Amino acid sequence: MLADKDRIFTNLYGYQPWNLAAAQARGDWDNTKALLERGQDAIIQEMKDSGLRGRGGAGFPTGMKWSFMPKESKDGRPSFLVINADESEPGSCKDREILRHDPHKLIEGALVAGFAMRARAAYIYIRGEYIREAEVLFAAVQEAYDAGLIGKNACGSGYDYDVFVHRGAGAYICGEETAMLESLEGKKGQPRLKPPFPAGAGLYGCPTTVNNVESIAVAPTILRRGAAWFAGFGAKGNSGTKLFQISGHVDKPCVVEEAMSIPFRELIEKHCGGIRGGWDNLLCVIPGGSSVPLVPAAQIVDAPMDFDGLKAVGSGLGTAAVIVMDKSTDVVESIARLSHFYMHESCGQCTPCREGTGWMYRIMERLRSGEADVGEIDMLQQVTKQVEGHTICALGDAAAWPIQGLIRHFRPELERRIAENVREAAE
Amino acid sequence: MLSRGVRPLMADRHLEPDTPELRARWGNFAWTAENAEQAKVIIARYPAIRQRSAVMPLLDLAQRQVGVETQTQGWLPIPVMEFVARQLDMPAIRVVEVATFYTMYNLVPVGRFHVQVCRTSPCWLRGSEDVLSACKARGMSVGHTSADGLFTLTEVECMGNCSSAPMFQINDDNYEDLTAESAAHILDELAAGRWPKVGTQLPGRHTVEPLGGPTTLTAMVDANYDYRGEW
Repeated sequence: MLADKDRIFTNLYGYQPWNLAAAQARGDWDNTKALLERGQDAIIQEMKDSGLRGRGGAGFPTGMKWSFMPKESKDGRPSFLVINADESEPGSCKDREILRHDPHKLIEGALVAGFAMRARAAYIYIRGEYIREAEVLFAAVQEAYDAGLIGKNACGSGYDYDVFVHRGAGAYICGEETAMLESLEGKKGQPRLKPPFPAGAGLYGCPTTVNNVESIAVAPTILRRGAAWFAGFGAKGNSGTKLFQISGHVDKPCVVEEAMSIPFRELIEKHCGGIRGGWDNLLCVIPGGSSVPLVPAAQIVDAPMDFDGLKAVGSGLGTAAVIVMDKSTDVVESIARLSHFYMHESCGQCTPCREGTGWMYRIMERLRSGEADVGEIDMLQQVTKQVEGHTICALGDAAAWPIQGLIRHFRPELERRIAENVREAAE
Repeated sequence: MLSRGVRPLMADRHLEPDTPELRARWGNFAWTAENAEQAKVIIARYPAIRQRSAVMPLLDLAQRQVGVETQTQGWLPIPVMEFVARQLDMPAIRVVEVATFYTMYNLVPVGRFHVQVCRTSPCWLRGSEDVLSACKARGMSVGHTSADGLFTLTEVECMGNCSSAPMFQINDDNYEDLTAESAAHILDELAAGRWPKVGTQLPGRHTVEPLGGPTTLTAMVDANYDYRGEW
């Protein structure tokens, strides 16, 4: 098990105050000037060497992403860092704990990351429903300004850098990076076509990098302790520590920071008190938030919880939001509710997604009740294939994958319900 | 079309009709002195030629002001949206587009307490239906405001409290780890004009640590421990 001294988010549970004085006593903002004095290239190299992969779901190497930003502005356009705190993926609840209990880790990370990519300012886009969390974040940013840590001559480094907080207002799609930029510009949050990519033309048409809260908040600690320290956890290509969020049918749901690649069984046994009703009662797990396919019990129990390990069982790490379902679960309804989620959150821009998410939900409801025809299982599979890959952003894919996972692993259950419904109707 | 009570889709949201009565009530909407100052602070967060970026926070501010004036969570009558449009020098339709796209902007009047029950799978697995039943047992129905104007009930999608599910959000506060009983208790307290405990409702739980005490970082419970000495 990861030792407490190697945990980054030491105030994860909020037993201690979030304020600047308390955060500094825990080690945040400790001679940040010296971190900046290493220079942009050295910071980015350290991040690359650490092996940190983006914590928002896609797992793109963070240091490499930073390196895509222009080294100088040839036309006078400034660069921006946008921090994605629009945490809305069902199952995900880690950024909330950083925002309300350890906001200074995020703000210090915003400075370090923004400096490394030569940004003029950071915008932290926090989901609208995180109302109290946003209050903490606004107050923490003000503390950092008042202490001279950000703003003009941030930390005495000679670098001018602003951090702004922008609240969303209830739209999951704004977690998609270009939808987030649209929203920041005061428009409907509908994703943009790419290219141009944000690193070339993002917020206000300026070079922009969008990073997840956790990716940014771990950066100062990685720089202080060194890339080798961070890379020492987890399997090759999956390094670091990670906030896991366990929900559903475990005895003690929780958020916990663990080493990457921890086996599923160990994660649940150590921190969650086991599966409700024992391991034999485990039905299946959605290991990375609602957008990844479910994994049946037999395949998940010994799987390493990391990008490659979960890919190997046909799923993904996503945001490490682990949704556990025991054998009492109506798994069809569970996925149908996710289909409802995607139908509700489709922004309406692309026809396959706008119409397809509604179709998928309605067929899922018919499968849930058993009133569907057996042929509708294949029809549903076909619809998911017509949505997947045919939309501007990944919401269409995310809506399709949970259903494909259900059909792949639970087709007999779908057929059983239909047969039972037919039998009942005949009686 | 839908078999169960659900929050309307984005495309199904509708505006309160633009009537002479609505104009008479809200046509002279203007910031309070305090909110006028706050609006300046908000606009200053964005580059000068990009003040349109402030439309979302200004709509939120306006909704809250309407809430104070009406003793509810607040909502956005069309004249109020037009006021925001004038302040940001943008066409009113662009403001309406934003207000109708994002679900936290109430387009019709709501009650004093807006009870938003999370219905998505992680909450559902932990008993969100019981929470919904507790609300219905008090006479609420999804999409409606109670006759006394106290409660509006809405089913919402994932609120990001999955490790302390099920939950509802009422106005600005979250109530987590709910049961039918604790949910009913909270509603009773609010109806009686009292402020129940926010956050987790489980005795002995602090936030999102495992129930019964954290399995990690135990030194943090009683002191602001500095782990750097062990690095």
